[in-house]
Amino acid sequence: MSPGTETETPDVAKKTPLLEIKDLHVKVEGKNILCGIDLTVKAGEVHAVMGPNGSGKSTLAHVLAGREGYEVIKGGVRFAGSDLLDMAPEERAREGLFLAFQYPVEIPGVGGMNFLKSALNVVRKHRGLPELDAMDFLTLAREKMRLLEIDEKLIQRAVNVGFSGGEKKRNEVFQMAMLEPKLAVLDETDSGLDIDALKTVANGVNSMRSPDRAIILITHYQRLLDYVVPDKVHVLAHGRIAKSGGRKLALELEKKGYGAFGQSDASVAA
Amino acid sequence: MAVGSDTAKTIESATGGDYKYGFVTEIDMDFAPRGLNEDIVRFISAKKSEPDWLLEWRLKSYRRWLTMTEPRWARVRYATIDYQDAYYYAAPKPKELLNSLDEVDPELLRTYEKLGIPLDEQKQLAGVAVDAVFDSVSVATTYKEKLAEEGIVFCSFSEAVQTHPELVRRYLGSVVPYSDNFYATLNSAVFSDGSFVYIPRGVRCPMELSTYFRINAENTGQFERTLIIADAGSYVSYLEGCTAPMRDENQLHAAVVELVALDDAQIKYSTVQNWYPGDKDGKGGIFNFVTKRGACRGVNSKISWTQIETGSAITWKYPSCILQGDNSVGEFYSVAVTNNHQQADTGTKMIHIGKNTRSTIITKGISAGKGQNTYRGQVKILPGAAGARNYTQCDALLIGDECGGHTIPYIEVRNPTAHVEHEATTSKISDDQLFYCMQRGLSAEDAISMIVNGFCKQVLMELPMEFAVEAQKLLDISLEGSVG
Repeated sequence: MSPGTETETPDVAKKTPLLEIKDLHVKVEGKNILCGIDLTVKAGEVHAVMGPNGSGKSTLAHVLAGREGYEVIKGGVRFAGSDLLDMAPEERAREGLFLAFQYPVEIPGVGGMNFLKSALNVVRKHRGLPELDAMDFLTLAREKMRLLEIDEKLIQRAVNVGFSGGEKKRNEVFQMAMLEPKLAVLDETDSGLDIDALKTVANGVNSMRSPDRAIILITHYQRLLDYVVPDKVHVLAHGRIAKSGGRKLALELEKKGYGAFGQSDASVAA
Repeated sequence: MAVGSDTAKTIESATGGDYKYGFVTEIDMDFAPRGLNEDIVRFISAKKSEPDWLLEWRLKSYRRWLTMTEPRWARVRYATIDYQDAYYYAAPKPKELLNSLDEVDPELLRTYEKLGIPLDEQKQLAGVAVDAVFDSVSVATTYKEKLAEEGIVFCSFSEAVQTHPELVRRYLGSVVPYSDNFYATLNSAVFSDGSFVYIPRGVRCPMELSTYFRINAENTGQFERTLIIADAGSYVSYLEGCTAPMRDENQLHAAVVELVALDDAQIKYSTVQNWYPGDKDGKGGIFNFVTKRGACRGVNSKISWTQIETGSAITWKYPSCILQGDNSVGEFYSVAVTNNHQQADTGTKMIHIGKNTRSTIITKGISAGKGQNTYRGQVKILPGAAGARNYTQCDALLIGDECGGHTIPYIEVRNPTAHVEHEATTSKISDDQLFYCMQRGLSAEDAISMIVNGFCKQVLMELPMEFAVEAQKLLDISLEGSVG
């Protein structure tokens, strides 16, 4: 590394966290699901959030994206210097927060091309970039599809309609690549994928790694982490981050299972 | 539309709502006295210097109407209408007899300009001839001379009575008889004006013909009558548009449209109906009780109805086809939107009489707010209609959880060689779909617009190009504020 990269400007950018979650408590239908999450993610980092079913992983993803029905009772989230929880879901998206859904919904009658072109142009407009016309959009889309080994027919169909599980997940990664978010949250994008699809998804995620972008991988298994190596791994249990560590933590989990974290809140906190 | 976005915004803010055609034109009007009796019928007929046979026909209708009761079988609710408490004739006072557009009251020209329908031929949409009907009378028809070169008659109904009495007399009431139903019979007694079209044998009408109906005056019913005759081997595409000011009271619109297609003739009739729908609490709005029917009288003839229904407080409307000629074809494509407190009971009737007659029905009902949307349709295959075919597809889309979509098909088959298919679906714009779109940066409104346009694509494709774009915008406006 040349000394030039160690100058002040990139340093400052590195020091300012892209995402800062502080003591986040969230209720869903009267039940406490998140009970004090603290998580800081800097640009350029890939974090894996792992945990057993019902630990609050998907809740965390949905709260970040602004889904209705999640009541924040305490704590806060800052995203790129702004109060994230103050923003409407579409504002968060325009500001560069992307969620790859665990179960992407079908939208009959709406062509994939039309959908993504509209979304991309809304986002570009927000970022002060010129809108793309149909030709430019198609050129860009083809380039990304080639990169991600995605069949071009996919976006000629209605959004997610009649897609296989794997196609839906690839489509999410493709949309992420097109929208170029600052922060991408992938909610169990790896679950239910065969090994080829998993590799495609992993390639897509790796191609998105960049010094000014952060990625949060929410996953149940460490399998994906064989292909996307995270900078940090967090274990979520009972609505809290029970343990944080490096790549090794994921392997440890694979061996020991989540049981070690499912004991009691007291033992984990200790 | 010619209105710039700024102008549109101004009109919108001036009218204080989403309905941007809600303004009122201040103009001197000529009214018949309030109420309805034989003298009023005579008054209307005399105003138009009609021949005796037509006056007799009106009076016969009026007397018949007195014996009839309002139909109440539709799935719509409204307070009883007092037919004596309305004006049956209202016309802008003409300064003199009109010879050209220069003599049309500038206030009227401005009104149509504001509606995005310039009557000045230089400013016309290329290839569209317009007849403008203001309250009870036709105020202007464009491109008349050009059409006359082809032998095409396109004029106001009143004018046709004077210039082509033989055609009017032969076909008036031949598709919708004077005794047909309560509203059609009322219309037959008091109809004021409307459009008349005759396409001669073998002529393909070189431009879209279109009529813009505008209700302006207060407490006035609008009863227009349209008659289109396509002679053997001819073709015509016709479009009607409708708007009205925002008023607190309900206004009655009871029109009759009759279409006649002779051997090998084709009529394509498109409607973009945007009458004032009433306010968010269901106050005011047009009662749209309309009878539209086409007769495929000749062999191989074809009649195609396309309607985009976004306005009116209540819509009661069943554009139908009588498939009399062998191999004749009837089509009905419909999008009906009900938002807030709007109610629509609309559909079609396909009556198969001739051999190998075919019909297609594609309807898309969209309900939002507290809107109630009913598809009611009849497919009737008579014993002589060997080899008849019908395909019906009714789709309903619900937005929110206080609206309703209903499908009521009537299918009657009396010939064993007939094929009849009926498909119906109901779907809802889910929170999941909206959230998915919003997570990609789209606003809820854009998301709904995208989903609704996708849902209606099959029907919008049937509209003439220029109007398909308008219809899409109209759908967006009609559904504004349907979420959140």
